[in-house]
Amino acid sequence: MHSTNYHAAITAAEAASLLSSAEDGALLAGGQTLLPTMKARLAAPSDLVDISRAEELRGISITDGAATIGAMTTHAEVAGHAALRSAFPALCDLAGRIGDPAVRHRGTIGGSLANNDPAACYPAAVLGTGAIISTNTRDIAADDYFQGLFATALDAGEVITSITFPIPRAANYQKFAQPASRFALVGVFVAQFAEGVRVAVTGASEEGVFRWTDAETSLSSDFTADAIGGLSVRSQGMISDLHGDGSYRANLVQVLTARAVAAAS
Amino acid sequence: MSQGIGAAVKRKEDKRFTTGKGKYTDDIRMENQAYAAFVRSPHAHARVNNMDTSAAEAMDGVIAILNGAELTGDGIGNIICGWAITSKDGSPMNMGAWSALATEKTRYVGDAVAIVIAETNAQARAAAEAVEIDYEELPVAASLAAALADGAPQIHENAPGNIVYDWEIGENDATEAALADAAHITEMDITNNRLSPNPMEPRSAVAIYDDAEDHYTLYTTSQNPHVARLVLSAFYNVAPEHKLRVIAPDVGGGFGSKIYIYPEEIACLWASMKTNRSVKWTSDRTEAFLTDAHGRDHVTKARMGFDQDGRIVGFKVSTKANFGAYMSLFSSAVPTYLYATLLSGTYNIPNIYCEVLGVYTNTVPVDAYRGAGRPEASYLVERMIETAARELGKDPADLRNINFIREFPHQTPVIMNYDSGDFEGNMRQAMVAADWAGFGARKAESAMRGKLRGIGMSCYIEACGIAPSAAVGSLGAGVGLWESAEVRMNPVGTIEVLTGSHSHGQGHETTFAQVVADRFGVPIDTVQIVHGDTDKVQFGMGTYGSRSGPVGMSAIVKALDKLEVKIRKLAAHLLEASEADIVIEDGQVKVDGTNKVLAWHEVGLAAYTGHNLPEGMEPGLKEGAFYDPLNFTFPMGCFICEVEVDPQTGKTEILKFVASDDFGTIINPMIVEGQVHGGIAQGVGQAMLEEVRYSEDGQQLSASYMDYAMPRADDLPDFDVLHHSTPCTTNPLGMKGCGEAGAIGTPPAVINAITDAIGNNDLSMPATPAKVWAALNSAKVAAE
Ligand SMILES: Cc1cc2nc3c(=O)[nH]c(=O)nc-3n(C[C@H](O)[C@H](O)[C@H](O)COP(=O)(O)OP(=O)(O)OC[C@H]3O[C@@H](n4cnc5c(N)ncnc54)[C@H](O)[C@@H]3O)c2cc1C
Repeated sequence: MHSTNYHAAITAAEAASLLSSAEDGALLAGGQTLLPTMKARLAAPSDLVDISRAEELRGISITDGAATIGAMTTHAEVAGHAALRSAFPALCDLAGRIGDPAVRHRGTIGGSLANNDPAACYPAAVLGTGAIISTNTRDIAADDYFQGLFATALDAGEVITSITFPIPRAANYQKFAQPASRFALVGVFVAQFAEGVRVAVTGASEEGVFRWTDAETSLSSDFTADAIGGLSVRSQGMISDLHGDGSYRANLVQVLTARAVAAAS
Repeated sequence: MSQGIGAAVKRKEDKRFTTGKGKYTDDIRMENQAYAAFVRSPHAHARVNNMDTSAAEAMDGVIAILNGAELTGDGIGNIICGWAITSKDGSPMNMGAWSALATEKTRYVGDAVAIVIAETNAQARAAAEAVEIDYEELPVAASLAAALADGAPQIHENAPGNIVYDWEIGENDATEAALADAAHITEMDITNNRLSPNPMEPRSAVAIYDDAEDHYTLYTTSQNPHVARLVLSAFYNVAPEHKLRVIAPDVGGGFGSKIYIYPEEIACLWASMKTNRSVKWTSDRTEAFLTDAHGRDHVTKARMGFDQDGRIVGFKVSTKANFGAYMSLFSSAVPTYLYATLLSGTYNIPNIYCEVLGVYTNTVPVDAYRGAGRPEASYLVERMIETAARELGKDPADLRNINFIREFPHQTPVIMNYDSGDFEGNMRQAMVAADWAGFGARKAESAMRGKLRGIGMSCYIEACGIAPSAAVGSLGAGVGLWESAEVRMNPVGTIEVLTGSHSHGQGHETTFAQVVADRFGVPIDTVQIVHGDTDKVQFGMGTYGSRSGPVGMSAIVKALDKLEVKIRKLAAHLLEASEADIVIEDGQVKVDGTNKVLAWHEVGLAAYTGHNLPEGMEPGLKEGAFYDPLNFTFPMGCFICEVEVDPQTGKTEILKFVASDDFGTIINPMIVEGQVHGGIAQGVGQAMLEEVRYSEDGQQLSASYMDYAMPRADDLPDFDVLHHSTPCTTNPLGMKGCGEAGAIGTPPAVINAITDAIGNNDLSMPATPAKVWAALNSAKVAAE
């Protein structure tokens, strides 16, 4: 690891101001992505701004039809939140299958969304429900937020403060784990709302998380696994790597979507 | 409860390991300690035109930056390969030079070109990054195919066509003739995937130069510290043996990868002298992927012929073995004498011929890794016979059974002479435990759930305790493969055993003490096992090839024999009895049929006071032995694996895994079971998860745990571990060895099961979900 200056911020505003005065600063949330990257000497921020003690960025609140989760909330807190589990179990299940217990007790929803790893799980839930990402300066709709591999609508120095999920009638996340990293080789989040169904796919596309709109249309009129039986997923543009080629990933998109619909509750 | 042979006593060493009190090389801290970092080639094949260290040298904390020219200038020798293999045409193998720090050319990504010594680890690494090197990139051959292609880049000048050797064993004409008359021939192309060993503790070295004594000490992660001292001294010219102490303290796993003396240890020792500082280097996980010797990497074509009754008449094998960029210490022996000599498997095969082409590529050196040659052989033989059974429409157990060797000793056509075994008995026991007969019903039940169930077996045999020294010497080995032991009984009756074996997870502190407890009836807590330090222990050969049981413990037995003779003589004198009437049991020395008895410490005291010794007896109680094995030992067994495949995703779940092994005598069943568990886990890793992959330009694509899939607990079922032992007839305890069997026997059982489930035999390791799904689809397309 290269040497770096450490700062702790206890509010989002303080974090933003520390970042703006740093030469090449980075927020440190759970550190589950950033610290391994720094240890491998692939990232060398001049300053780290630790937001892990910023209480205003933590916690889960559930109001009529929506769940708001603070950016600094860990995966374990999401997975184990009783009220959230009864309102929106699919999100708790997703969080409960990220990484291992150590990762889940450090890693955060804000860090995951800021990083936008193409194989990460939360992006599927956020895009699959049309959630809102709130930052210290604005609210960003999920459809505008994800902009490709590791790319988001966040400006330099912008701090995610919370994420607000509309609570679906029924939802499910199916994750097929990459054998080595156990990130999603493909993950599919299906959510049914009164207005229709959303289907978001992570892990599969060279352009990052995406909505499978053909499936959304079919499922909006008939929310059964059979409804997507006639659809096909194109393998073009799908990631090909050591763990599976594009046609395999395209197959998984189809299989996992059908399973998510069948399992949605 | 007995603590002797056969007792499942808990491991003495685990208190320190499980409480974080183990002392590993990286835990060693010297007062004048500096840190080393290596400047490594980012290119798989490049000429080093110029190295500019000026900016790096000016950085904070930098003590020295040393390169290959200075190293060779100081007379440090090239890295050797310790087993000379002779090609078919009688020519010696074509070995390219391997300098600890590359001078003109780098030949794999990670090849070290300079060593940076600095006050802190961070400073050393930062300076290593700041060294500017003008590389001229050369064309790369990162695979067997690329290295053997027409016009392939020449990796070493003295290995034309990148061929190290073209070796053979067995009778080609007789084998071809037998195949020509065969009623059926099974033909297969088989790849044995390349693996990275991944011990939990990465490699590490602390080199300490004492200028007043002109003496060196090296703490290092070694499976064989004496062998390390020997080659560092005799070949690398670091220091004469009496001026070099090598200590391998607690070592966290090796699997073969810590047998070898790597460039880093050599460079640290030399740099310690150059800078007059103690120099520490500890590999990080990336460096481990980039520099620890890999394993396997064979491509084979094979034909096995059968007569009308299904008896094997001939087996012809042609293998290409990837050695990577340099010939590592034991590399040459792995695809020859540790592989082709096991091609008879557990079967009576009258004619065998095997040829092996050893090939240089621009990849990490490849050497012995848990099993070393025998996993490649058993995978080949057991995939062939299973495939033949399918082709012949026979039950795979029946086909094996009619071919099993039943009489011992059995001389195979490929050197090995099997001493003992009950191959059918083992298979039957495994089949009962696996409910082989009930498989059809289980398959039907899976089918109702839309799943594909398959079952596969493997009746492996392997060879441990490589031996005897004269025989391996005649085959080209540069060392003898005996083992040493010294047993010291102290004046108070406690016992120290100094062994040339080295424990890096195997539990020797417990099992070796059990052998002593068994002999004298003393508690294991009064027995201390001393190993891993060339200043304490007489020369020894170390631990690999499951040799510490059959060879290392045999040496202890020989030393105990001598000690017992002296104790009896002394006790007979003291108790005024005849030696024949002396009985040693429960830590006491008695005269049979009387109440005359000496407590254990009384024997020790008598020997060391020397006040009343028999005529001519020297004081003290200390005996040593060097044991040279008479033959290899041959552990064997039958593994049965049952899997269920999800046809929609290709994901395979192992539902049941039965291992029935013949390890001969078992000292500690709990430790043996642990060895089998670990071996099976690594075997499942090879079969389903692990593979080192390179890009065409020689970059390792799988050099982190994000892409290299290690087996985890939830990838594995509960194992049924059974034994069906026949004692080895060629060593005193009847032991065969158990350290590698799991890794050797597992891959074919798993792949036989998966291919059975999916109905397509064309499946290579690792059988990842994507590959299984593709194989299912191509089977479907073929059927349409
Ligand atoms: C072994 C392992 C397994 C994993 N498995 C999975 C998995 O299966 N699925 C999965 O989805 N993920 C997985 N992860 C990633 C894990 O979920 C991380 O926790 C997450 O991606 C990053 O969150 P963090 O809080 O650790 O962020 P950090 O590592 O602290 O930060 C990540 C990035 O986000 C930025 N950042 C952090 N917080 C904010 C904020 N509030 N506003 C703006 N920018 C911010 C940081 O500056 C940094 O650039 C795994 C990680 C590990 C180590």
